[in-house]
Amino acid sequence: MSLLSYIILTPFIGAAMLVLIPEKQTTFIKLVSALFAFIGLALSFYLFLNYDKSLGGMQFVENIPWIKAFAINYKLGADGLSVSMALLTGIIWFAGVLVTWNLQERVKEFFIYMLILVGGVFGVFLSLDLLVLFIFLEIAVIPKFILIHIWGSGKKEYSAMKYTLYLLAGSAFSLIALILIYIHSSTLDVTQLALITYSVPFQKFIFFLLLIGFGVIVPLWPLHRWTPDGHSSAPTAISMLLAGVIMKLGGYALIRVGIGVFPAGAAFWAPLIAVIAVVNCIYIALVAMVQKDLKYVVANSSISHMGYVLIGIAAMNTISLTGAASQMFAHGIMAALFFALVGAIYNKTHTRMLADFGGLAFQMPRAATLFLITGLASLGLPGFFNFVAEFLIFAGAFKVYPVLTTVTILAVVITAIYVLRVVQQMFFGPRNPKWDSLTDLKGIELVPLVFLAVILLWFGLVPSSITNLINQGIDPIVAQIGGAL
Amino acid sequence: MILSWPTIILEISSLGIGLLLLILGLVFTSLKSKATLGYFSIIALLLMLVGSFYLPSGATQTFINNFYVQDSLALFFKQLFIVSALLVNTMALRYMKPHTNNRGDFFALTFFALTGMMMMASAAEFITLYIGLELMTFTFVLLTAYKKHDLKSGEAGLKYILLSAVSSGVLLYGFSLLYGLTGALDFSSLVALFAPTSSPLLVWAIVMVLAGLGFKIALVPFHMWTPDVYEGAPTPITAFLAVGSKAAGFVAFIRVFFQVFAVYSPIFMPLLIALTVLTLLIGNLIALAQTHLKRLLAYSSIAHAGYILLGVIAYSKLGLSAILFYLLLYMFANIGAFAAVAALVINTGQDKISDLAGLWKSSPFTSVVLLVSLLSLAGIPPTAGFIGKFYLFTELVSRGYLWLAFVAVGMSLVAIYYYLVVIRTFLSGSVAEKTSMTIPFSLKLVMLVSVVMTIGIGVFPGPFTDYLLKVAQAFLG
Repeated sequence: MSLLSYIILTPFIGAAMLVLIPEKQTTFIKLVSALFAFIGLALSFYLFLNYDKSLGGMQFVENIPWIKAFAINYKLGADGLSVSMALLTGIIWFAGVLVTWNLQERVKEFFIYMLILVGGVFGVFLSLDLLVLFIFLEIAVIPKFILIHIWGSGKKEYSAMKYTLYLLAGSAFSLIALILIYIHSSTLDVTQLALITYSVPFQKFIFFLLLIGFGVIVPLWPLHRWTPDGHSSAPTAISMLLAGVIMKLGGYALIRVGIGVFPAGAAFWAPLIAVIAVVNCIYIALVAMVQKDLKYVVANSSISHMGYVLIGIAAMNTISLTGAASQMFAHGIMAALFFALVGAIYNKTHTRMLADFGGLAFQMPRAATLFLITGLASLGLPGFFNFVAEFLIFAGAFKVYPVLTTVTILAVVITAIYVLRVVQQMFFGPRNPKWDSLTDLKGIELVPLVFLAVILLWFGLVPSSITNLINQGIDPIVAQIGGAL
Repeated sequence: MILSWPTIILEISSLGIGLLLLILGLVFTSLKSKATLGYFSIIALLLMLVGSFYLPSGATQTFINNFYVQDSLALFFKQLFIVSALLVNTMALRYMKPHTNNRGDFFALTFFALTGMMMMASAAEFITLYIGLELMTFTFVLLTAYKKHDLKSGEAGLKYILLSAVSSGVLLYGFSLLYGLTGALDFSSLVALFAPTSSPLLVWAIVMVLAGLGFKIALVPFHMWTPDVYEGAPTPITAFLAVGSKAAGFVAFIRVFFQVFAVYSPIFMPLLIALTVLTLLIGNLIALAQTHLKRLLAYSSIAHAGYILLGVIAYSKLGLSAILFYLLLYMFANIGAFAAVAALVINTGQDKISDLAGLWKSSPFTSVVLLVSLLSLAGIPPTAGFIGKFYLFTELVSRGYLWLAFVAVGMSLVAIYYYLVVIRTFLSGSVAEKTSMTIPFSLKLVMLVSVVMTIGIGVFPGPFTDYLLKVAQAFLG
């Protein structure tokens, strides 16, 4: 077994360990979860450090026959793209466990489902067989349903069901695509699939199915309807995972499978993706602007930001794809930080309505500072990794879609408007005596927030450490496009 | 005349043990010894299961010329029946206690049903098939109506026998037409006699046989009996009906439609496709409206007949092995679900879905079992259900039925919704007054076995698919 198997197995082993612990011992359960999250983070960081950038390509490959009758292998491997996504997962998982430290209700089950979810996510990023990838993708869906349904807030029953049905409906399309690919090539090994030449109509059809299947997860307008409800109803740690990594599964799979294996199909649908990306960026940003509930603002902002990823994917060149993947990383951390902050503030104020806030900077200066940092990262201020990612996307996409890219850049302005408006409404203005009893964030509450903010700043200052890595994963995929067109 | 005794050793032992249990039930009349009969039946079934693996499985053996065959297909199904009887009898140990006060015949009856199923698996002639089928059906009528003082149980038994009688009539009518047209009833002669051209009468005969066997596997529109009978029957028997009786229907279906009527596949296929689509639609859509778990599982079992028939529509070796694989995983998933229902019924006497609220607290183990079983039925990985559906759909698409795969996948989505409604009910809910449930050890064992197998087959499907592909290859040559 290689490192990648250990990374995938860590959360599952953690879940199995938790089963054995009596449910009354909540502190012990949290400690064990944190321990496994730390091991996961350490392993994914170790992977990040040990990926040999001078060699590039797929490393740590592991290939074990799984179902011989179908020629399906349990095949894992990591290139720059997967390594960065695995690192993202490790970071958000660890932060998510810390954010949940004060959970009281059904603690054991919460962490078991969360661990299964994380295991599924790692599996998607690290597997090189489409069936295995799909199975891990599905493994991540049901725990999420349960997590939102039981530990969520607001109209959680509705949101959980909506989220699950949207995602599984998407899976239905990708499953059909998977079956068609399998029948065509008798294998589902991604690296082998990339070597086969497919007829253009076949590529168009398959890419369309995959676009719907993975697009639901991204989420692609108009398939995004599950997102605001799902994000808002989910408990904080799960919103973090949802916006931080689950949405990235869609973008990752589109790049790895959609573009990597069916470049001609991707090229055919790219203009559509670009147009949808503009709708995602602009329309959803406008929607975010009129929200009254803070969590809905952040949720809609996530969809809007994934629009940048989409236009990066649609442009299909090295710079734009590197930017798209970097944006997934940057937005993952940023969105997790945003949701963690919203959760932390909600725990104090017990309201998420923007109208209720005001002048919180007096009572909670640390929260205000962190919120401002996150907001500035969100609107793409230089110095944060988000800026680098967005710059790469726009630079790459402008060559292909000058008009659409210019329109998309408008979204940055709209983002600035609604983010600054939220910051102003919540933290500034006259001191509100209603909140005088509140204590500022401190102790363990601060740890995950500062941890995420530091990462965001660190990669903003030294972006090459991760963009170079992503670039190495993107290069072979772009070479594939060049070969096909 | 060739009499190869190993061919029917399983049937003989099953029948013998059934009779022995009847006698023992009469000899030992005290309450305590009645329960012992259950343990005896379990040990006997375990021995039969172990013994069945020592039977020659490779070559096809026949008994009384070609009237009765033992090939690897028959052996696989017999093992499936024995395992399901084993799990069902273990489930019944505690469940049937209140109903077996003065009666020692319950476990004997399960052996007679088992014998009937085994005969259906091996029958290579229509009269033999019919006898096996009727033996199974009549036993099931008795078992369904076993709860003497329960009106629903009696009603279910009555409904089952009346509707079975009609379907048997239809089936016999089909057989008689075949005999009239060809003068033969054994499969090998019929295959030799059938010409590619068909007469309207022959088509009619095929339709009658399809209807008669369709009744057993709960194919729409011959499914009407299923919800009521499933609901009224004692829960272990419902599980036996859903798993054993359905599998027995399928083995007959496979033999008749893959082998005997193979020449006429272009004729019956459009009808079969239409009925399959109907089964998928009606089974899944009506399940949406159910408020009782047993009725929900009944409609889900109708829908699953539709999924399994997709393998028949694919009409290939891989399609056949996909059917066998699906029947295997379907057995464990259903037994797990019904065992959870049994646990619920033992404790609360109810099987309403709303009664499941708080199950996560009152019995975490049962809720995990129900969760895994329902996810397997819904086809969510890593349970076996996903691999089963992937296998079936792949074979279907590779035979050119892309649209049908879309229908089936779409209906799976509907199915996921109603399973999720159940799942969310038992995973949440207040539990203030509920004390923890008491679940007998035997029931826990059944649940454990089914959960382990459901996940085991899902995570390591390789050995099963390999073996079942061999079975399918041996059968279709």
